[in-house]
Amino acid sequence: MIHLLSILLLAAGLGAARAQELDPAAVQVLAGPCANCHGPEGRSPGAIPPIAGLPADAAAKRMLAFREDADPSATVMPRLMMGYDEDEIRALARWFAGIPK
Amino acid sequence: MKTTRREMLLAMGAGVLALPYVARAQAAAHVVVVGGGFGGATAARYLRRADPGLRITLIEPQQRFATCPFSNLYLGGLRDWGSITHGYDGLRAAGIEVIHARAEDVDGAVRSVTLSDGTRLGWDRLVLSPGIDFRWGALAGYDEAAAELAPHAWKAGPQTQLLRAQLEAMEDGGSFVMVVPEGAFRCPPGPYERASMVAHYFKTHKPRSKILILDSQDKFSKQPLFQQGWQAHYGEMIEWIGQSDDGLVAEVDAGTREAVTVFGTRHKADVLNVIPPQKAGVIAERAGVADQTGWVPVVAERFESTLVPGIHVLGDATIAAPMPKSGFCANAQAKVAAAAIAADLAGREPPPASFANTCYSLIAPGWGISVAGVYRARDGKVVEVEGAGGVSPLDAGPEFRRAEADYGAGWYASICADIWGAA
Repeated sequence: MIHLLSILLLAAGLGAARAQELDPAAVQVLAGPCANCHGPEGRSPGAIPPIAGLPADAAAKRMLAFREDADPSATVMPRLMMGYDEDEIRALARWFAGIPK
Repeated sequence: MKTTRREMLLAMGAGVLALPYVARAQAAAHVVVVGGGFGGATAARYLRRADPGLRITLIEPQQRFATCPFSNLYLGGLRDWGSITHGYDGLRAAGIEVIHARAEDVDGAVRSVTLSDGTRLGWDRLVLSPGIDFRWGALAGYDEAAAELAPHAWKAGPQTQLLRAQLEAMEDGGSFVMVVPEGAFRCPPGPYERASMVAHYFKTHKPRSKILILDSQDKFSKQPLFQQGWQAHYGEMIEWIGQSDDGLVAEVDAGTREAVTVFGTRHKADVLNVIPPQKAGVIAERAGVADQTGWVPVVAERFESTLVPGIHVLGDATIAAPMPKSGFCANAQAKVAAAAIAADLAGREPPPASFANTCYSLIAPGWGISVAGVYRARDGKVVEVEGAGGVSPLDAGPEFRRAEADYGAGWYASICADIWGAA
């Protein structure tokens, strides 16, 4: 019982730490380098696809596919997405979904 | 002009520095950014976004900034000069004061910076993004006068235009010799992209000409990809000699355009491009943030100097390995530093640092390659996320190479919009 309780407390603590880690300021920093290729706020002026305003679920699915190297059309994105965990990827997808196209 | 807390303190004399913190309500905190390139201009811009109440001043000598990225494409004739230079109207429109002067001195104790026009500015936080300077004389025979004969073209500007003019003036059948320096240098794949772009120019205009790279290294960035691309597009035009094959140059004679290796082999060039040994921009020395290596150690979480608190240093000037000295990295570091500075001035904990890098190189029109990395900060150091990053696959086909050529151009459009674009 004590053992189970300590696990629950630990899990709650980790959850809190994760939630804190992914506050908006943290997500903004995670999103910082995205603009370098996808344009300011994800609005690309050039050949690289824009990411502003993409539906969050679809964007997360695509990024997770990159991460699994399961997108045959990909070039550099698998190498980049392998540096982020699923929580971070979903947070990034929500971040750019919230920016108007 | 508004007076900052720091300037009021400066005006009152150093003795009052012992006074307790003066509430920010009395004057906006002032952040001075030195250097309007990939690191500095990004920092100014992202500080403005993070805190509209800050006073931000950007110090940059040039009215228009010429970028090293894509300057090789200019050398190859694929870009005109105007397309690789950028002005500061976008930053001014964002509410950043831009002063075209050179930062001559920094006093980290009283927190001031002195400009070439005599102005002395106080700051609450200083951001230095000074790029590189050259260790003139570290390579025998190569000083500023020699660079007018054998250009380095490793700071984009008149040197780049001089090198282009020399390539244009060269006869078909001539030889272009490039010297790659010892020690850390800006843009690790840069020399090899330059060789590629010069080869493109020769192939289309002077096809009997040759390219020789004399290298201080035995291996180089994206080497198998470059060598594969050179073979495919330029046959035997480009010869690379690594250090252990007598590639290390000990001396240059800019007058006769000769490079002499440590074993005494003399290579005569028609166009000699000497990339000299490098160090952090000199203002880093004046500010006391450079160490004995000539580069600037930083706390990776904030890109703040380990030697002088309150001074953040970005980009090529820093010791940030495993991050390379690239414009992309300077921009990524600037965003982390801006977030940390804004949080700190507002009394909040800075968000966790996170960085990425993608460096594209163009080997021929429609034939691009890349290297990428993802980085975090741990215990003051930059660490690379394992399992992420790496170079383009060697076995990829022409479609992949074409996509990366297009994405390279897309990257340049995006990052320049991010930094110098309309507010």
